[in-house]
Amino acid sequence: MRRLSHHLTDPLIRSNPVTLQILGICSALAVTTALATALTMAAALIFVLCASAAIISAIRRHIPHAIRLILQITIIATLVIVTDEVLRAYAFEISQRLSIFVGLIVTNCIVLGRAESFAMHHPVGPSVLDALGNALGYGLVLMIVATIRELFGTGRLLGVPMLPLAEQGGWFEPLRLMQLAPSAFFIIGLLVWAIRAVRPEQAERPEHRLLSRRGEARP
Amino acid sequence: MPEPHGIWGRFLARPNEDPVKALGMAGLVALGAALTVSTAATLLEPRQAANLEAARAARMQAMVDALPGLRVVMEEAGVTELQSRLVELESGRVLPGDATGFEAEPTARDAETGIDLPPEADIAGLGRRERVAAVHLLERDGAPVLVVLPMRGTGYQSTIHALLALEADLDTVAALTVTEQRETPGLGAQIERADWQALWPGRRIADDSGTIRIEVVRGAASTPYEVDGISGATRTGNGVTAMLRFWMGPWGYGPFLDRLAREGMG
Repeated sequence: MRRLSHHLTDPLIRSNPVTLQILGICSALAVTTALATALTMAAALIFVLCASAAIISAIRRHIPHAIRLILQITIIATLVIVTDEVLRAYAFEISQRLSIFVGLIVTNCIVLGRAESFAMHHPVGPSVLDALGNALGYGLVLMIVATIRELFGTGRLLGVPMLPLAEQGGWFEPLRLMQLAPSAFFIIGLLVWAIRAVRPEQAERPEHRLLSRRGEARP
Repeated sequence: MPEPHGIWGRFLARPNEDPVKALGMAGLVALGAALTVSTAATLLEPRQAANLEAARAARMQAMVDALPGLRVVMEEAGVTELQSRLVELESGRVLPGDATGFEAEPTARDAETGIDLPPEADIAGLGRRERVAAVHLLERDGAPVLVVLPMRGTGYQSTIHALLALEADLDTVAALTVTEQRETPGLGAQIERADWQALWPGRRIADDSGTIRIEVVRGAASTPYEVDGISGATRTGNGVTAMLRFWMGPWGYGPFLDRLAREGMG
């Protein structure tokens, strides 16, 4: 059991696709202004990632090497379109706020990355677990970022007032910066820093080193 | 491995590098994808259309709310919402009949209820136009106080749907609301923003000689007939201009507005 469950638990924090591999940043910036959009986006990604991993893994022995990327993208794009259509039918308002970002799951490197590096070489069970773990890891980062941004940017969580706003007689002045894209960069950066402080082995070795004036060696 | 049986078994048993297998797999995946997407689109279409319709109604309501003083006029007149009327566009006559549930685009597509537009008149790139359109009015003592005209036109990459509200002089813009568009997010899509739409009230459609002058210009507006364009979205702005000029002109609501100005609601 341990052998299987690590597929699920590893990507949550230790090899989180966002903080370790720095994938899926684009959507993590765009959809995290509010917790509700982040939750919807995470749910959409969980569905697309798991379903694409299951399908690709099930037919992996019959995918010709030369056209494997095309087939993977076709399958992923199909699932994304279906997800988008379902959202537009059943969660219209949120789908309007997510605008193009559900469609952009097609280009989310996490999805193609897991399909190419894992689902192509493993049976359906582990592939789905791995996909679920990665999607949850992405969702977890989205939740953290969106909670911070919505709480401190608007004083609300899921639209429910949490902090008394100054304009209504309370003490909390919303931080406008939190609603702007750069704050997501800052929060993700701090997360990466925190995780790498706890797990120093994740820190990448610098590719270039500055030499002191007396160190003659130059690249 | 057991000996493969049947066409299917022999196909799957082919080596993956085999061109027949590559083509076959590509075809099968494409077929599966096409079936899934078209099934989802067909099954969910009614719900999505209902959502869009509800959003359109909400925007119409919001536009009415946003017009200063309109609520007061409506309360004085004892009405809670605008009246919808059917108008024969070519003659400009108001027709009897119920306008609720009227949908412009299917009506325009239909062979009976729509007409082909001559290319030189079709500046908004519509192709076809409905014979009868729905307009929304607020009248007091037999004279129109506000006229709301639904219109649509081709933008940069989508059909833009909008509601144009005209004041009692049938020339001054009371409001413009974009109800549906799929222009480039961040650029053309800004026509849906409240601050851009707030530029419209008070603009004039035509000059005193009756020539339609309204235009979304590049950069800043300098006359009452101009509205600031959105930088990076020139073609969307041109689309809005063409839409207004078409629908306010002789092929759009022109005859109706002329008749309304001449004879009132009759």
